[in-house]
Amino acid sequence: MSAGSGRLPRPYLRRPSAWWWLGRWTYLTFMLRDFSCVFMAYFVVVTLLQIRALGNGPEAYAAFEAHLRNPLLIVLNAISLLFVVYHAVTFFNAASTATVVRVGGKRVPDFYITLPNYIAWAAASVVVAWLVLRA
Amino acid sequence: MEKRSNEPLSWALFGAGGIVAALLLPIHILLFGLAFPLGLLGSPSYQELLALVRHPLTRIYLFILCSLPLFHWAHRFRYTISDGLQVKHLSGPIVVIFYGAAIYGTVLAAYLLWHIP
Amino acid sequence: MAETIAVEVARYSPERGSEPIYQRYEVPLRKDWVVLDALNYIKDRVDGSLSFRWSCRMGICGSCGMTVNGVEKLTCETFLWEYAPGPVRVAPLRNFPVLRDLVIDMTDFMDKLAKVRPWIIRQDEKALSEGEYLQTPDQLETYKQFSMCINCMLCYAACPVYGLDPTFMGPAAIALAQRYNMDSRDQGASQRTDILSQHDGIWDCTFVEECSRACPKGVDPAAAIQQYKLTATTEWFKSLLMPWRGR
Repeated sequence: MSAGSGRLPRPYLRRPSAWWWLGRWTYLTFMLRDFSCVFMAYFVVVTLLQIRALGNGPEAYAAFEAHLRNPLLIVLNAISLLFVVYHAVTFFNAASTATVVRVGGKRVPDFYITLPNYIAWAAASVVVAWLVLRA
Repeated sequence: MEKRSNEPLSWALFGAGGIVAALLLPIHILLFGLAFPLGLLGSPSYQELLALVRHPLTRIYLFILCSLPLFHWAHRFRYTISDGLQVKHLSGPIVVIFYGAAIYGTVLAAYLLWHIP
Repeated sequence: MAETIAVEVARYSPERGSEPIYQRYEVPLRKDWVVLDALNYIKDRVDGSLSFRWSCRMGICGSCGMTVNGVEKLTCETFLWEYAPGPVRVAPLRNFPVLRDLVIDMTDFMDKLAKVRPWIIRQDEKALSEGEYLQTPDQLETYKQFSMCINCMLCYAACPVYGLDPTFMGPAAIALAQRYNMDSRDQGASQRTDILSQHDGIWDCTFVEECSRACPKGVDPAAAIQQYKLTATTEWFKSLLMPWRGR
């Protein structure tokens, strides 16, 4: 017990540094996962530009397609695809922790929540690809 | 007793946007961002694509595709910035700018899709 | 196996310095010794001034949580030989103010724990003559995992959000709130919702999941928080679309 002056002891608290997310592999993967939303927003912008070009006629659309052939954009799109896929995989995992489905009093294992998500992902991709390519 | 937060609304949008982005963005990036520009797959002609997009269901689909992921970005990036850069005190302006951008993108998508000939 | 291992222990005393310093001790490296044994060896034989909390030494009381080589651990469950040849760095739990050496100030956690009302809340109490509240094994299963929490605070030390913003309610408190919300005997969910729905209740959580990785009892607080976000969101929409519903 501290005697005498009656002053409270001065505790020590170290605040996290701005680089806290580099301190642990799982912190870094978390930051990367969350950063994936930037690449989503980027491709939404690309899609908006695509829709605008479509509305402005064949020359405008041809110009849009020519821009997309720029190697820098190809690389950016490839990186975006990786990040968006990373988001999808982690998002489906998160969905299985958040949803609790009980059948007959027992909790349905995570696998049966995640699997329908992957099936929906595959099905949606196939449908979109088919609609776009069949022309 | 403090009022309950309205965060559930932005979290719901975040969740919906996350699902749309997860299910649909990959195939869009794969086709329009990589396969067609690189010539790996034959890209549809302008007329074919226009005919597809003209359909009201496609317009609704594209509206959802362009709107919800932006709200997902707004919610998520706001936390990335405030946690990563530790600028929690700026959260007021950040919220306005980010969600404002998402709303702007949504309005823009509606406008562009409405005006497809 | 070598005879000894070096253990570097964080020392902090408010009377002496403004920053912690590390002090190095040589400790016997026995196959069955845990980090807590090393600390007790130091205190008993080498340096009696070393301060740290411990009690059951079997992973149930939650007292001995510390940071070992950068990772939050229960020191009674962490074997020394895993760190051979050493040195082993022992520091207090992160994200809490350090009172002395390895002892942290847990007042914030205790306050938050009380706030979520971690007990059975009844609107209507049964009379004793009516007997016990009955619960099936399946009903127990719905909340059992979240009841395993030993309040060791490793999850708070692991959570970067709590480190950046100590107003965040935190993993263990939310998991314990959920433990009672899911208990079939409890009728207090809406009372807890008022506390948890504040902006710095659950909404600061960004699902880093480090809390669940750190938890020594497999509570999975991250899952509890996500489940609660879903509950809070459906409640919010219900009260928006059906405002006539009583709370």
